[in-house]
Amino acid sequence: MSTISEKTLAHASGQETTKTGDFVKAKVDVALNHDVTSVLAFEAMREMGSNRVWDPDKVVMILDHVAPPSSVNSARVHNVIRDFVREQGIMNFFDVNSGVCHQVLPEHGFVKPGMVVIGADSHTCTHGAFGAFASGVGSTDMGAVLARGKTWLRVPETIKVDVNGKLDRHVHAKDVILAIAKEIGVSGATYMALEYHGETVSDLSVAGRMTLCNMAIEMGGKTGICEPDDKTIKWLDHCTGGPYNKVYADEDANYKRVLNLDVTGMEPQVACPHNVDNVKPVSELSKVKINQAFIGSCTNGRLEDLRQAHEVLKDKTVHPDVRVLAVPASKAIFKAAIKEGIIEDFIDAGVTVSNPSCAACFGGHIGLLGPGEKGIATSNRNFRGRQGSPEAEVYLSSAAVAAASALTGYISHPEVVQ
Amino acid sequence: MKLKGNVWKYGDDVNTDYIIPGRYMELTDPEEMAEKVFEEHDPSFRKGVKNGDIVVGRTNFGCGSSREHAPIALKGNGVSVVLAESFARIFYRNAINIGLPALECLGIHTAVEKGDLIEVDVTGGVVKNLTNGKELTFNPLPEFMVEVLNAGGLAPYLDKTEEW
Ligand code: SF4
Repeated sequence: MSTISEKTLAHASGQETTKTGDFVKAKVDVALNHDVTSVLAFEAMREMGSNRVWDPDKVVMILDHVAPPSSVNSARVHNVIRDFVREQGIMNFFDVNSGVCHQVLPEHGFVKPGMVVIGADSHTCTHGAFGAFASGVGSTDMGAVLARGKTWLRVPETIKVDVNGKLDRHVHAKDVILAIAKEIGVSGATYMALEYHGETVSDLSVAGRMTLCNMAIEMGGKTGICEPDDKTIKWLDHCTGGPYNKVYADEDANYKRVLNLDVTGMEPQVACPHNVDNVKPVSELSKVKINQAFIGSCTNGRLEDLRQAHEVLKDKTVHPDVRVLAVPASKAIFKAAIKEGIIEDFIDAGVTVSNPSCAACFGGHIGLLGPGEKGIATSNRNFRGRQGSPEAEVYLSSAAVAAASALTGYISHPEVVQ
Repeated sequence: MKLKGNVWKYGDDVNTDYIIPGRYMELTDPEEMAEKVFEEHDPSFRKGVKNGDIVVGRTNFGCGSSREHAPIALKGNGVSVVLAESFARIFYRNAINIGLPALECLGIHTAVEKGDLIEVDVTGGVVKNLTNGKELTFNPLPEFMVEVLNAGGLAPYLDKTEEW
């Protein structure tokens, strides 16, 4: 009968059941805030007549977007946030050395199945990888969460995405989600939830599932969700103990649409400028010359992404015309990559390695593109101007494809460099 | 609630980076945000926009980031309402939450041209193009959202609401 969203939102709003289209006021389990959106949220909270956050233990604050600050103004904003954190007694504060919010939150055990996670960031849907209902909101909504611990939500319709088939060697979660985006389109899931099912999804690592859920918003989705399984629980057991409120969709749940995708024999996929659904197989893009490759972000800055890039880049040298930037998504990933020798090999290959943060992903910090330049990036958006000049072009791919392209100077299939 | 103004017309997928680029996310002053509106996408907007003007998009208006800077920048330039065939959900929420009506109106993109004078009855669900005489209806907003808009946004609304 019910989808994961319907069940989770019923639980969060104290009702037996909910159905698509109902407006609910849902209790929030975790409120995620970062340096770009939170100052406006503090102001909204105060305008709502509240001087204290509803529950400091449920608020997580991270400085990740412009970290460390790249301008006087961003340094000022960071200090406004540090003052707020101190004044409100918020212990869950992650300063500029921590990494990207959507990686840091689960790593520190804030996310569990069945939770409602609300973040003042559009990619909050990433946390659906753990079986949570996770959705991004703006600053005023976040102000209401900070003030009252609740948010209004319309219970969304759900698209079931059933992915089956074995992935080829150089094909990864990013290729799967780009193929899905091509099918659904940039607004095909607006106001809806995406539930990812099927053997390919079960075969993916938790990191890969985070990549799938991360990009639900690129199709307009309210959230993306994977059902929790043994892998999820094993991953979570490292950072948090139970109890886990695991929520599963009913067999006969009411879906708005079912999308079946067979990934057998699929090539690596690339999203071309300037929309995420403008997706082509990598082999059609071998004439595209690039100036920059960015490996990082909350989509693909995890250890398995760095490993993919490392497999391609080790003992080689990046193309002299390409700037290559690798940015681990968190401090823990950075340390693991150092331990595995990945970072040293990157540096030897000519890669610029930077501290865990959003970095080049949103064009607000390091690694911007100039007019007329083309960049390949493992992040999630290729809108015009997203990574610098509006006259630049951004292509989106897996870390393996970005690394291969960094070597040849052209968008390349990883197998051509091996 | 009736609003009257001249149209600024855009296409599909007007994203938040077009409305205000990511590098201005560090701004916290609404007036400074307003100065950056459509800076690269359409510099003529900031020069020509008048108080009460109406922005019209096609599908998926406001897609992209959760930045509230985008509706704030539009409102800060005097935009009274945004009409589109469809909106991206976070922009939609944000607009209502800051007291800027965002209305889904099928057929709006073909019914108006840039500069047309139109009248929007927000609660009645009617758009009249006073320049070419065309008239369209749309589903009025749910009651809860009308209350939020009437209060001037979610912040003033919650300030007066005990039960939430
Ligand atoms: S890495 Fe990019 S998409 Fe992810 S939170 Fe940072 S800016 Fe947003």
